[in-house]
Amino acid sequence: MRKEKETFTAEERYYLASQWQLMWRQFKKHKLALVGGSILIVLYITAIFCEFFSPYHIYTRSKYLYCPPQRIHFFDEEGFHLRPFIYGLEGSRDPVTLRMKYSVDKTKNYPIYFSVHGCEYKFWGLFKTDIHLFGVKEGPLFLFGTDKLGRDLFSRNLYASRISLSIGLVGVAIAFVLGCILGGISGYYGGVADTIIQRIVEFSISIPTIPLWMALSAALPPRWSPIKVYFGITVILSIVGWSGLARVVRGKLLELREEDFVMAARISGTSERGIITGHLLPSFLSYLIVDLTLRIPWMILGETALSFLGLGIRPPAVSWGTLLKDGQNIRTVAQFPWLLIPGLFVIVVVLAFSFLGDGLRDAADPYK
Amino acid sequence: MLFYIVRRFLYMIIILWVVSIVAFVIIQLPAGDYLSYHIQNLKQRGITFIERDELRGLEERYGLNLPIYAQYGKWVWNMLHGDFGQSFLWNKEVSELLGERLMLTVIISILTMLFAYGIAIPVGIYSATHQYSIADYGFTIAGFAGLATPNFLLALILMFVFYKYFGLSAGGLFSPAYQLAPWSLAKVLDMLKHLPIPIIVIGTAGTAELIRVMRGCLLDELRKQYVITARAKGVSERALLFKYPVRIAINPIISTIGWTLPYIISGETITAIVLSLPTTGPLLFQALMTQDMYLAGSTIMFLAVLTVIGTLISDILLVWVDPRIRYEREGTH
Repeated sequence: MRKEKETFTAEERYYLASQWQLMWRQFKKHKLALVGGSILIVLYITAIFCEFFSPYHIYTRSKYLYCPPQRIHFFDEEGFHLRPFIYGLEGSRDPVTLRMKYSVDKTKNYPIYFSVHGCEYKFWGLFKTDIHLFGVKEGPLFLFGTDKLGRDLFSRNLYASRISLSIGLVGVAIAFVLGCILGGISGYYGGVADTIIQRIVEFSISIPTIPLWMALSAALPPRWSPIKVYFGITVILSIVGWSGLARVVRGKLLELREEDFVMAARISGTSERGIITGHLLPSFLSYLIVDLTLRIPWMILGETALSFLGLGIRPPAVSWGTLLKDGQNIRTVAQFPWLLIPGLFVIVVVLAFSFLGDGLRDAADPYK
Repeated sequence: MLFYIVRRFLYMIIILWVVSIVAFVIIQLPAGDYLSYHIQNLKQRGITFIERDELRGLEERYGLNLPIYAQYGKWVWNMLHGDFGQSFLWNKEVSELLGERLMLTVIISILTMLFAYGIAIPVGIYSATHQYSIADYGFTIAGFAGLATPNFLLALILMFVFYKYFGLSAGGLFSPAYQLAPWSLAKVLDMLKHLPIPIIVIGTAGTAELIRVMRGCLLDELRKQYVITARAKGVSERALLFKYPVRIAINPIISTIGWTLPYIISGETITAIVLSLPTTGPLLFQALMTQDMYLAGSTIMFLAVLTVIGTLISDILLVWVDPRIRYEREGTH
């Protein structure tokens, strides 16, 4: 069978390919989308296994407050080392400003090892282990520096990415369900339901989102547990997000409802539900996926903005927004610019999603 | 045309009605009613003895002893008569607090829109006519970066750069000398000096999006046959570009005012908090943090009213400018 396939010409293979194969072929041409997709895969993997990838625990404090990021070295006075290492840190207090100053102590160097035993954690709450991907056996290792309590920002960023990245997915999932149901009713049945739903959509598009989000999340009870707050924020973000999606679903349904194959299905006695799930949904699923991909970054940006203001995710939980909150004061940022590193993550993720969505949009309709 | 405007106006009233319900729900969201907060607030300041008459007066004013739908009715009725309730954080009338800040919000939003359209249209035209040139790639990359950077982060970065390299504080809208001064020409000039940073911060993301739309539309238009025909007939490139394709490609851009305006007001809110501009953003934020709900609800109400009116005006303008939309809309609606 396989041998036969190889004997086909390129043109024949094109006609034999399934819709998804054609999409993949189209998608592969979009180099930026491939890059964006790979970055996202890496980030999501590190977010899922963040306990393993981060050298320290999220709340581990050290005596080094506001320590700048350390550099990883391969060369010292003796020459090249295959094993990367970092120099020691020496803290001293500035006699005038009474601020801690850190200098590199070149007499000490600590090699970085893979799979190091560090602080103990419960992997996904299932089993206990203390293996970390990398770390030092002695001395400090702060790749992104530390915050005001001396906590390692690299680890905190990884833990934060778990919340920030997942909030986009969960929020879009909720918006997806709402948008499909309401948009579907609106587009398939029309009439009064259509008018009412369309007015609601228009309403939610025409009012500024951030003030509304702020008001709703400020109303979340202060005694809620971090998990409840997480879901509360996600629901608030998707309240606005579903409306655009409902509009896409409705538009596509209206377009497809008139197609011949729907008429054929109806004449041959397929039930309404069968038509929707069996014929209509598959034909605009690819458009929905594109729309969802482009909506995820907006959710992430929304969460970051809310948490930055202190209205979103609350400590002790961390997201990129709560980390950036430490850099709210311009004087603090001027002294400790590494506090803005989480912002870099946000930018990279949003860019990656935009590129991915762009590539998917090109691939969504391979028959064009 | 008149029919369309009336119709659109009725829609606006419906939307405003929904907005008022949302704003009222927001006011009611925190547990407890306004009066208990007021009493608690007074107690915190050490005032334990409160006049019964004063309480009764407040109860009367907000209709707190009435059922919830009647409270809503009373609130809307009061609002229509210019009474937006009282802020207990500032101990002032809400209308008094909002007035000037709302005006500044409007000024900043309008200037930001002018900035966004002023940059996006020429850059979009250039990018489309010089497709795949170095400048086109440059604009595309800058546009993507602008879209991906959250407003508040851009504000922080700009403030950081100004603080670190120029020793300036970029926050605020006035120099200290003019902060409390009454309006004068000097104060306006001082404000103009402070305006560029907020406008750039708020406008960047919208501009980036508009450039992409403009470029895409113009590219589609330039590929059409009438352009080729005109070129074949010897029309000069310049006249060819500006006479038809640009005019047609600008239309979708202008029709985006409907979502650009909410987007800008949204961005203005958070940027104003970071840059501590004396607009509605920080006021809303403070009101929410201290559960000063009449102030918060009214601010949201006002922001929504502003956007809805802005959208209405832009829609009417669009119909007036473009006869095609006029006929199309009259046909379908």
